[in-house]
Parts: sequence; structure tokens; C-alpha cells
Amino acid sequence: MSATVALPGFTDPVGEAQATFRAVLDAMARPGRLNRVGAQLTAPAPLDQATAAVLLTLVDNETPLWLEPLVAAAGDWLAFHCGASIVDMPGNAAFALALSLPDLEALSAGSHEAPESSATLILQIGALGSGTRYRLSGPGLREPTLLASNGLPADFAAVWQRNHALYPRGVDIILCAGTTLTALPRSVSIEEA
Amino acid sequence: MAYVTVKGGEQAIDNAHAWLAEERRGDQAVPELSLAQIEGQLGRSVDRAMGEGSLYDRELAALAVKQAQGDLIEAAFLLRAYRTTLPRFAHSLPADTSAMQIRRRISAVFKDLPGGQVLGPTYDYTHRLLDFGLADGDAAVVGPCGGETMTAMPRVPDILGDEGLIEHDGNGEAEPGDLTRQPLTFPAARDMRLQALARGDEGFLLALGYSTQRGYGGTHPFAGEIRMGEVSVEIEPPELGFAIDIGDITVTECQMVNQFKGSKTAPPQFTRGYGLVFGFSERKAMAMALVDRAMRAEELGEEVTAPAQNVEFVLYHADNIEATGFVEHLKLPHYVDFQSELENVRRLKREVTRMTESAEAAE
Amino acid sequence: MPDAVPPEQPHAARRRWIAVLARSDAAELCERLGTLPAYRVLRGPEAGLVMVRGRTGGGGAPFNLGEMTATRCSVRTDAGCVGHAYIAGRNERLAELAALTDALLQDPTRQNALMEEVIEPLAAMQQARRDAVSAKAAATRVQFFAMRNMRS
Repeated sequence: MSATVALPGFTDPVGEAQATFRAVLDAMARPGRLNRVGAQLTAPAPLDQATAAVLLTLVDNETPLWLEPLVAAAGDWLAFHCGASIVDMPGNAAFALALSLPDLEALSAGSHEAPESSATLILQIGALGSGTRYRLSGPGLREPTLLASNGLPADFAAVWQRNHALYPRGVDIILCAGTTLTALPRSVSIEEA
Repeated sequence: MAYVTVKGGEQAIDNAHAWLAEERRGDQAVPELSLAQIEGQLGRSVDRAMGEGSLYDRELAALAVKQAQGDLIEAAFLLRAYRTTLPRFAHSLPADTSAMQIRRRISAVFKDLPGGQVLGPTYDYTHRLLDFGLADGDAAVVGPCGGETMTAMPRVPDILGDEGLIEHDGNGEAEPGDLTRQPLTFPAARDMRLQALARGDEGFLLALGYSTQRGYGGTHPFAGEIRMGEVSVEIEPPELGFAIDIGDITVTECQMVNQFKGSKTAPPQFTRGYGLVFGFSERKAMAMALVDRAMRAEELGEEVTAPAQNVEFVLYHADNIEATGFVEHLKLPHYVDFQSELENVRRLKREVTRMTESAEAAE
Repeated sequence: MPDAVPPEQPHAARRRWIAVLARSDAAELCERLGTLPAYRVLRGPEAGLVMVRGRTGGGGAPFNLGEMTATRCSVRTDAGCVGHAYIAGRNERLAELAALTDALLQDPTRQNALMEEVIEPLAAMQQARRDAVSAKAAATRVQFFAMRNMRS
């Protein structure tokens, strides 16, 4: 068993999981809003605290998880603390974890009968709140809001709009940096600001 | 259809709960029931709550039985609700009933089978005479005496199987479906049917099983073997990478043997029904095996005519928590619906009266 | 109990002591362990569910029978051994003690003493309980050919 497993998970599993879940829910309902989670966690490298908190909260042995190669080191910790079953093919995953935007079309976009069966991408980036600015509009936003982030690819807005066009199918993204997270549900529209 | 919120009922509900607590406790001069007493002395109630609640935990089931004042469907309901608060760690390796520590093992098809007829703590020979000695309490209990060691207990299907007279269990290590994770769809595969029967209402299954014996479908069953005892449960945690034994559970298993005439392609063979339930629940295991076999009618090329053979009918109505949910929902306010029905009936009555009156006036 | 572990079953000894620990009583185990060494909990103790599976017909394809409660715990001793426990029922104290014992048993310098003082006595008690049940069951086996003298 690897050394990372020796790192504990949530110290208060019920309280911290509840608080993290609430934060993710809030972020999905109000796209672009920044929430703080995971401040108590010791995350296994190369994961940030928010990323680790989101995974501990959402992933279990019934939600197949795909890890991009760069985060494979955290696999043992995730398998131990979440009971995660790790899959090879991104298309079979309910959750995908990456440090840079993967090909969204390789992830499951759900079906018309069950759009919710799509994958959720947990994307860890350099920073939230500073960097390239995007304008978000759509459900949950009375007026468009600005999201600043560091670490998304240059053509992100175009890539996202292709995903957005699949609605009600599509992939949702939870962006994590440090102890901050925000969410981009498929219903939101993104353009460069 | 809208349900009207009940305002001003909070006080009434609080008082209802207070009265319920009082009724549940009963006469304060009488000692309160302990969970150990229920678990130890009302084991069959505990077994039924576990089976239909689909949660094996004797202490929790005893608590549910106490809280429900002995209403076993209510107790099963409590257990079903409680299990939603617990995370699932793993599924077990399939339990090996041939390695069971036998408490009871009988067969109606072979008299002197290997391992013998072991009666266990059965009611079968009690003549159903009320024992007023139990009413006095504190009667000295003398356990069974003498007894050599147990010998090997091969399964009856294997004994018959050696001669090729009985259908095999079937192969496959396919991942079974799970009713707690996916809704029941039809046609329902055998694994889903068995899961549904195992958690189904004992009374419903008993009646259906009985119906097959009375001619509503049915193929002359024999109780090939019934065994009851402890089986060990094993899981394979990923952090260990090998299977470990986490403890024992008590189960009852029933093999029903039914005759099949054979066809152009299949030689004449005995066909089977299977029952497996938590606890010492022999009646349910037997009923489950009868209904399991009945539901295989179509697969075995038999005409589907009877309720027990109708897979949708059986599986949609077997779960008593689902059944009671819908039956008891009728208690919820249906004021608006009823109001509109009331208006309809009054209007029709007025029309009939008017037509009768104008018909009389015309004469 | 085998002194040498057969190559086909590399974990036979550990599987055996895990099975014994899972069936033990927390107070009994605690008493036999004596002073507990320093350790840290990695996960749990937490209660959860195990879906019990049976086989169609008793030997065929698996099906889900129903869930049972289970408690698990993983600990790491200061000496660096990691122990795990999964036990039937809801018993956080037993799960933690069993995980600790599993960790301690993996230390070659302590294994023999622990096997002798903790595992073997518990295993013997558990076997005695099983034997008692077996004897009662055997007493209820019908002796079809038992004859009784009609004359005294």
C-alpha cells in the first residue's frame, strides 16, 4: 500500500462532506460563484484541497472515476478513502479528474432519456479569481457574471459552447484551485470577456 | 393532484406522538421490553423484519420491532429507511450454503440421505398445543442432550445431479442486477426476481405458493431439501486484495423439485425452484421456491395461466413497503378530488330528478 | 494451525486471524491485548453496508440477497504497520481493536506471542461454540434404524 494512503480523509466525515456538497450544489446553481472548501484537508499530491474535498464527497464505489495520467499518483488515496473504482476509458466514467482540460467529447454526455447520466469533470487549475476573464450567462444568473481563471486553454469558450449546444445532454465541470471551487453546469453560456 | 398542507396540526401531531409513546410503553408497572429480550426471545419477528426490511442486523431489527409495537411491516419500513443512511462498502462473494453450519436440514425426497434428517429447533412436531407452562415464566429450560458430530451434508440437487436427472444450477458469474440501484424492468432476469422475492411479503408469497399447489399453475413440487444455519460472509476489500471473512449470518434455503416432461430437445428432468431468506424463515423460503419455479413457466415452455406465473403481477405486488405506501397514501387529504366528485354526483342527481319531474309533468 | 503458509494461499494465516478477530468480543479482545501501543486511525471506524449475495439454486449465477450492516476501520501503528478490519454488525470499538490487532500481527517480532495469547484462545472459544451447536443439531438427527426392546 502506498504512502499516500496513510494520509487521512475528512476528520469530520459527515460535517465536511455535507458542507462540501452544499458548496458544489450552490456553485452549480449559481455558475461562476466562488466557494471555499477543503481547508481542513491534507490532500495527496498533486491534488489541491478543494479537489480532494470534492472527490471525497461525490465519489464512491458506484461512480466510476477516470484519472488523467498526471493525477494517477492520487489513485491509491482515492480508492482507499472513496472506495472509488477507477476506469481506463474516460467514456465509462461518472467522474473525471484532470489538471488540464481533456477532450470533452471523450466523456459521456448522457442520453436524451437520462441526461443526468453524463460525466462530471473535476478540473484542477492554477487559480480562480484571477487571470483570463470569461462572461457567463444563462440559468441561475439574473445578469451575466464574470469568471476569472488561470489554467483553461485559449480556445476554452469555443470548446465549451460546443458542449453547451448539446443541452440537455453535455458535461458539467467543477473547477478547483487551492481551497476554492466554482461550477460550470452545461446550461451556462460562456464567451470571452 | 395537489395535496393540501395541513396547518394547525402540529399540536395534534405532537400529542399523537406523545400518546403513541405512552401506548407503546404500556403499563409502567410492567417491566419494559429490552432489545436483548426481543432479539433473543422473539427471534422469528426479528427474522421477518430483517428479511422484509432487507437489512441483516438483529439488534437493529429488535429495535424496529420494539418501536413498531410488534407491527412487522412497520418494523421492516423502519429498517428500509435506516439503511439509506449507511454507505455501502462492498458486495459479498456469493455465500456458500453447502458449507453452512447446519442447525436444521431435512429432505422430503430422500429418507436416509447422507448427513441424515436433522430436525433442528422445529415447530413441526409440537402438535400446536398452547403451552401454558410458558405463561408462568421462569420454567427451567432443558436443552437437547447427546449428539455425535455432524457428518458431511451434500446438497440434494447434487445427489440427483450425478444421475443427470435434475437441471443444473446454471453457470455464469455475471454481475447481478440490484433492485436497490435500478428500477425493476421487464422481462425481469432470474437474479432480480430472486432479490425481489427474498425481500417480498411472506403472506403474499405464501398465498401464491399455495395457489400453485391448488391448481393455479403448478407442477407438483417436492421439498428436495431445506437447510437452515449459519453461513460465513466474505468480501474482498481492494486495500487487501484478497477475500476476508467478516462474520456469519443465519439463512434458510429451500430447494423445490418439480417434474418436467421433457421436450424434443430436452430429456425428462426435474426442474427446480429456489428460496433463500435471512434468518430462520422456513415458510417463506418454501413459498419463495414455489413462486420462483412458477415464474419460470415461460422459460420452461409451460402455458402461463395463473397469477403466480405472471411475473409482473408477482413482482409488482410482492414488496409490502411499496404496497403499504400506496394503500396508506389514501389517508392523505384528497379533499379537492373528492369535492369535484361530490359536485359530479350532485349534478347528475339534479339532472335525473329534473328529467323525472318533467316526464311526470308531461303525463 | 499451519506453521508454514502453503504457496497457493499466501494470505492463509492472515485470513484466519482476521476471521477470528471478526467474531470476537471487544471487551475480551481488549483484555487479551493488554497495553495498546500508539497508533493512528486512517479511516473509520465507520458503519456501513455489505450487500450479501447468494447463488441461484445454491450453485449458479450470483444474485443480491439483501444487505447487512458492517463496521470497518484501518489504523497505522507508530511502528508503521497498517491494519484493516471489516466486521459484521455495528461495533466501532471491535473494528478499531481488530484493525490494531491485524497491524500488530504483521510485525514479525510480535506475531508469535499475539497468536498464542490472543488469536488461539479466541479461536478455541469460537470453535467450542460451534461444536456446541453441532452437538445439539446432531442430537436432533433422526435415527431411523434405532430399535428399542419391546420387552424390559
